[in-house]
Amino acid sequence: MPIKLQIVTAERLIFEGDVDEVNVPGQEGDMGILPKHAPLMTTLRPGEIVVVTDKQPQFFAVSGGFLEVRPERVIILADSAERADEIDIARAQEAMERAKANMSDKTGGGLDAAAAEAALARALTRVKVANKRRKNN
Amino acid sequence: MADIRQIDRRRKSVKSIAKITHAMEMIAASKMRKAQERGLAGRPYSEKITEVIASLAALYPKGQAHPLLQARPVKKIAIIHITPNRGMAGGLVGNINRRSLSFERSQGKDTVYIAVGKKGIDALRRTGRNIKAEFILGENPSYLQTLPIARLAIDGFINGEFDEVHLAYSKFINTMVQEPVIVKLLPEEPAERAQGTNLEYIYEPSASSVLDKILPRYVESRIYQTILESIACEFSARMIAMKSATENANEIVEELALQYNKARQESITTEMLDIIGGASALS
Repeated sequence: MPIKLQIVTAERLIFEGDVDEVNVPGQEGDMGILPKHAPLMTTLRPGEIVVVTDKQPQFFAVSGGFLEVRPERVIILADSAERADEIDIARAQEAMERAKANMSDKTGGGLDAAAAEAALARALTRVKVANKRRKNN
Repeated sequence: MADIRQIDRRRKSVKSIAKITHAMEMIAASKMRKAQERGLAGRPYSEKITEVIASLAALYPKGQAHPLLQARPVKKIAIIHITPNRGMAGGLVGNINRRSLSFERSQGKDTVYIAVGKKGIDALRRTGRNIKAEFILGENPSYLQTLPIARLAIDGFINGEFDEVHLAYSKFINTMVQEPVIVKLLPEEPAERAQGTNLEYIYEPSASSVLDKILPRYVESRIYQTILESIACEFSARMIAMKSATENANEIVEELALQYNKARQESITTEMLDIIGGASALS
């Protein structure tokens, strides 16, 4: 029995479909969700979502959000999310460099330390997810 | 005969006005569709988030809820005043401005404005309102661009700078009708939990931490959705305004054509009379 999965952001629907397994970066640690999981609600860290359909993994980068598991469906409310093949690697890397610079710079480019760290975490994830897609092809 | 030329010149210029307003009508129609689509694309997110908040808020007895859910005596209110950047949209802008001002009067409380959109900013300045912040967004704002507005509203509310936040914008009823409305944004009033959704969730790390994170997201997504809706309104109002402008211009063109033909005929008749008169005088 597949899981009905929806990944949505405030701007658009990123993914919708039947999948066999969902792996997400939960607040308390990565977790995998298989069919018939107990109802669950959690916040997400920036990280990578892996969706498995017929043993084919699909990768998404997520910058945080919420996960709701219901008996019949799984919904991910992402702050922002991208499918691996949508990520512009050059831009992601650039953002990562910028985030790193902001981290080391005491003024943080106008950002406070937490925001700079969050930006770095997001950028790192995007680069990682984008690279994974490359290897797969 | 200067008269004929003048009529002709006017006819031509009105014709080109009609062309321009017609083009503006088409542009507004396509932009309206785009804004509507973007609004619809975000719908699943906002519906979902509303539902989640309803079931989370039901876990808390009233009064112990999250600060964003707590109503308190109202001394000062904030209005997020959302208007287009440009006019040429019929009565749209004026309606929203009037709605906000009459709301302020009816409440009789200290009011600060968070103004979004040039037209509203101008009107609020002109009437000497207390403006806390001004935002000018494009006609295609991203979610990220709307976040500072939410930040301002949430921080101000939590710091006690104001005790209620309202959104003033025009509601999209259909392509022909937009209605200026004021709705309360903060404190949030979660919808009643729908029947039959009484699932026992496991919350990780805890229900309150999920609620802490999700409430601000809800405010953000509502502001974003509202801005998209008012953009759709702006374009549909402009489309209608330009449509009637085109119709009026075409009517004038027809009238002028009639006048022009009449004047031309008259001049030909007088000319002929002159010629005939001259010819008969000679014979």
